[in-house]
Amino acid sequence: MTDVSIIGVGLSRFGRQPALTGRQLAVQAVHAALDDAGIAWPDVQAAYGGSDASGLADTLVTDLGLTGIPFTNVRNGCATGGSALVAGYHAIRSGAADVVLALGFDKHPRGAFDPMPGDWGLPDAVGSAGLMVTTQFFATKIQRYMHDHGITSATLALVAEKAYHNGSINPSAWRREALTAAEVLSSGMVNDPLTRFMFCSPGEGGAAVVLAPSDRAGRFASRPVRIRGAVTRTRLFGSFEVFSPWLPPGELSSVSTLAAHGAFEMAGIGPEEVDVAQLQDTDSGAEIMHLSECGFCADGEQEKWLRDRATHIGGRLPVNTDGGCIANGEPIGASGLRQIHEVVTQLRGGAGARQVPNGPKVGFTHVYGAPGVSACTVLAV
Amino acid sequence: MRQEMGLAAVRCMSCGLVAYPASAGPCLRCTASALEPVTATGDGTIWSYTVQRFAPKSPPYEIPADGFQPFVVAYVETADGIRIEGIVDGADPDQVRIGQLVHLTSTADVPRYRIADDSAGGRND
Repeated sequence: MTDVSIIGVGLSRFGRQPALTGRQLAVQAVHAALDDAGIAWPDVQAAYGGSDASGLADTLVTDLGLTGIPFTNVRNGCATGGSALVAGYHAIRSGAADVVLALGFDKHPRGAFDPMPGDWGLPDAVGSAGLMVTTQFFATKIQRYMHDHGITSATLALVAEKAYHNGSINPSAWRREALTAAEVLSSGMVNDPLTRFMFCSPGEGGAAVVLAPSDRAGRFASRPVRIRGAVTRTRLFGSFEVFSPWLPPGELSSVSTLAAHGAFEMAGIGPEEVDVAQLQDTDSGAEIMHLSECGFCADGEQEKWLRDRATHIGGRLPVNTDGGCIANGEPIGASGLRQIHEVVTQLRGGAGARQVPNGPKVGFTHVYGAPGVSACTVLAV
Repeated sequence: MRQEMGLAAVRCMSCGLVAYPASAGPCLRCTASALEPVTATGDGTIWSYTVQRFAPKSPPYEIPADGFQPFVVAYVETADGIRIEGIVDGADPDQVRIGQLVHLTSTADVPRYRIADDSAGGRND
């Protein structure tokens, strides 16, 4: 089995760009990734890509070039980018292709998502009564978590404050204005206990990653980053997911725990060795819970971690150093690959004002999406 | 004494799991295909909740005739240990607490509940 590395990463700007379509954001990201790798589209031998609401990724060949390569569309909710990466990883690993592109993009309209119950196997009444709202899930999950493990609203606000600070020093981010924890707390409840500024917003952006076998990765234009673990998982019985009409008895499981464990096992390392991480931060509460679900801390420790600034850029485990979904928005297809782009940039030492000090060597990414999908990677230089 | 309303659920004839809503199977816990219809306990306590403070997008949401009002979404834990997602009608959103007793009042669209009269407030530690 072939060892796989990332040889190029590219990003469009994130945030409202009225003059550009989602497809144009995707093409920008692809070109940026190809330039980073020092290659051209005809060098790509297979592609995996997706968007949730901005069209079929494989139709982009009319903008990129008709080269006859296999181009597979990926649709796994917020985990789309991660799934695309893992699919591309296996294409290299299996020897099916030597240069693979993973792409994710989206351009969402203003306001909340409007999923339809039929698409999720749920009766119409669930939608008409007002229960097809993704933010309800994140709110009820963190509400219970806070009750069980003593997390306070102040801690939720600190996560968001960190996100906006990191966004303010990230030129690609959408939200570039730093906000204080007090401003976050007073921004108005959206779904208790989460206020407006604790949530990401559906957004705009494209991200792309180019993969190659590790033993050839040094021949390209930028410093390669090894993929030591790349795993997607779907949920087991007993997990608490978006759009759950019911939850079974007993302790609830997490698909994120499954995916993180799989990635660490593949990499042969544990969470304590990670120097920089991206964890799905649909809202502040999600970042808090994913810290423990992915194995970085025990339930409840997040209170101390945030107080001690452990997940800030200078802390023991910087999380979402580019501002995460909260500062970049959530263009569903792109986020998983934006995360990879940021970790690669950090491991290469190229993150400028938001660079994690002391030469980070190991990075971790985690995405989570409905109806219970998670993709995690372990990356290393 | 009020008549308690139940939920149309199923029980797995292999492992005994009570699941909601009623479905044709298989059992999500043990994969057995034989499920029998049962009426599960409806009343319970609030395991978690949130308040829907903004009108969800329409479609699919149907705005009530007299306009949108914030409503309480809760997972209610019943005696079977299962947690059912529903709406708590008639509650002051700012007074709802984890642990409050609720009665199931309707399953016409989604499970709907009312805070029990004798539930002064749940645990909120």
